[in-house]
Amino acid sequence: MVAHLDNETELVAEAQAGNVECLLTLLNHYYTHLYRVALNITGNREDAEDVLQEVSLKTCTHLGEFRGDSRFYTWLVRITVNEALMRLRVRHTATWLSLDQPLETDERSLMPREIEDWGDNPEQRYAKSELQTILDRAVEGLEPQFRTVFLLRDVEEFSMEETASMLGLSVSAVKSRLLRARLKLRQRLNTHLKKGQYIGLQRSNSEAV
Amino acid sequence: MVCREVIRKLSEYLDGNLDPALARELARHLEHCEDCRLVVDTTRKTIELYCNAEPAPLPDELRQRLNRAVAEKLRGNL
Repeated sequence: MVAHLDNETELVAEAQAGNVECLLTLLNHYYTHLYRVALNITGNREDAEDVLQEVSLKTCTHLGEFRGDSRFYTWLVRITVNEALMRLRVRHTATWLSLDQPLETDERSLMPREIEDWGDNPEQRYAKSELQTILDRAVEGLEPQFRTVFLLRDVEEFSMEETASMLGLSVSAVKSRLLRARLKLRQRLNTHLKKGQYIGLQRSNSEAV
Repeated sequence: MVCREVIRKLSEYLDGNLDPALARELARHLEHCEDCRLVVDTTRKTIELYCNAEPAPLPDELRQRLNRAVAEKLRGNL
């Protein structure tokens, strides 16, 4: 979860009054999280970097419009999500499935397969960087409609209502996608985390060849 | 409560947003259904793993480029 700055209100006021250093302090505090949001939505580094560049410039232009109705971070994430979705749409014009289009509704597809015990602390079987790669690969494999909802709700910990509002979806659509995203990720992680199993990345890569 | 309904209510149960009577019914189902219990536990763990993961650090070169762009943009606006 993102840690907020104690003096955020003062920094925002100073930044709005034209203090460049205060704006840089705010942005630099949140860049890492905004980058994760951009990277998760667009699915590639180059687009995520472009998104962040655009977010920085839009923050400068629209800073005066921030009224403090939400956290400054929420405001920045909204801009980031909009920019990232725009890029995703441009990149996938031919195949783009609109975010608000109904997705699979067949309940049978919800039922989990590969139900196994992971034991206590399955993550301890992996080095930190290896676990991170496993988590990244699993989330990258989700369709954007699912990974975007999962990211905002479970990783950045926005409320259902905030997530719905950011994505232009109904709360019930967010709930339904979140459930599917969680179950899909659980299924993907099962291979690596099931009890008594160590499938390191080197081994799973060589098996895939 | 049957397994299909447990899966349908899984998110609300894990988030603590399920109606208390339904949550009790679901918990009773978990007492005798090992498959559902494992799905609930591993889904909870999935969320925890992502929630606790630290974001990758921003590349230094990108941070510098962004800071330069902001400084130039604001100076241009003054």
